[in-house]
Amino acid sequence: MKHIWTILKRELTSYFTQPTAYAIILIFLLLSLLFTFTFGGFIPAGDANLEWSFLLIHPLLYSILVPAVGMRLWSDEKRTGTIELLGTFPLPPWAAIIGKFLAASTVWFIALLLTFPLVITVNYLGSPDNGRILSGYIGSFLTCNVFLAITVLVSACTRDQVVCLIVSVMLCVLTLVCGHEDIIREIAKFTPSYLVEGMISLGVWDHFRSLTRGLFRYQDMVWFTSVILTCLIGTSAILSAKRA
Amino acid sequence: MIEVENLTKHFGSKYAVNDITFSVKPGEVLGFLGPNGAGKSTTMRMITGFITPSSGDAKVCGHSIIDEPYLAKGKIGYLPESAPLYNDMTVTGFLKFCADVRNLSGFAKKEAVERAIETCFLQSVAKQSIDTLSKGYRHRTCLAQSILHDPEVLILDEPTDGLDPNQKHEVRELIKRLGMNKTILFSTHILEEVDAVCTRAVIVDRGQIVADGSPEELKKLSPTGSLHDLFRSLTTHDSSHNSAA
Repeated sequence: MKHIWTILKRELTSYFTQPTAYAIILIFLLLSLLFTFTFGGFIPAGDANLEWSFLLIHPLLYSILVPAVGMRLWSDEKRTGTIELLGTFPLPPWAAIIGKFLAASTVWFIALLLTFPLVITVNYLGSPDNGRILSGYIGSFLTCNVFLAITVLVSACTRDQVVCLIVSVMLCVLTLVCGHEDIIREIAKFTPSYLVEGMISLGVWDHFRSLTRGLFRYQDMVWFTSVILTCLIGTSAILSAKRA
Repeated sequence: MIEVENLTKHFGSKYAVNDITFSVKPGEVLGFLGPNGAGKSTTMRMITGFITPSSGDAKVCGHSIIDEPYLAKGKIGYLPESAPLYNDMTVTGFLKFCADVRNLSGFAKKEAVERAIETCFLQSVAKQSIDTLSKGYRHRTCLAQSILHDPEVLILDEPTDGLDPNQKHEVRELIKRLGMNKTILFSTHILEEVDAVCTRAVIVDRGQIVADGSPEELKKLSPTGSLHDLFRSLTTHDSSHNSAA
């Protein structure tokens, strides 16, 4: 545990002593609010639960912005050779992987927290179901963490941050759209139903949607946890295989 | 202190290190010599636990790097070849981070960081960001990291590479000073360093040990009494002789 904290602290300091975290948080806040008041139709729709106007935009923003936060985690370590220091410290590899993941995750937690004025606004303007808003936020944060875990996995494969960024964005977008209602409806016309079911449960969209609707299903929690864990275990396997 | 037993590493069909066995006793400063690509860095990376050997084992203070990696790694201070550092940190911040990783805390941590800064003459840049440092300071910062926890064993991969003559001299003096109460294994291809600091030297070529002994013993092996000639005769390959002829 102590090792995780040590790595987490270093990575967080690194995010906040450089412009990375500030830029990402600021851009996320700007874009999410901009979209809420334009494409999301916040005012005309009068949706106090923030579901359609605000939360549904998050996954799309994450698919581009989350890889930008996570891309340096292992790529940079490999490029500068500091991975050799980490590898020879008396430090279990999983502690470094989890520490780095949690640091990037904390940056996003802060970004999401800073959207609080919107929650205050809807409470002032209407009478939303705050439990449902909270559930939506949890769904949004978990989706963000899934994309982050994917980025961490990709960054373990390459020392080039740009390659990591574009490959991660591609994978995140694929994870996002492969379960989207419109895509599924088209695919269902010529694909057997068990394959369609498989696609829906593989994609992040269905699990994210159920949380934004205020539904708290065990299968979603299992899905989020297992995808994140699989990516992190994969990262560990790739890192040790590359050294062997 | 360091016991290397039949250490082998191959990448595909290419052997980087082929069945190397040697040991470094307490208080010894062992120079690890060889041309570029002889397998020096690979051997050191295996002893420090960064890469897993294909076969064989290395023991540091009795702890196998394969079976008890964390115990063994805790006994080692390691300076990698390119002296890698986290550029976004300050020198003190970096050393404090390393101290945290090494489980030092409170007063012990503060003292360790101060001592390392003092030993490596880093006082003037202690508060400076690492990416603004010159190569010599970067090297010394990484060296400070390796001696931070007062390890029994120091493994230094080309500690004087790329430094100017003054800095080379300082680092050699430092190794000599540290060698009084530590076991040191360091690689180099500068033969003067062997005479200057080593109590023993091992010459490796193409992944195998070709000579092992004190500098004096090695000189006796050479027909001309010079380490340079011995090094050249042992590590110049037949093929290059033929192509030169």
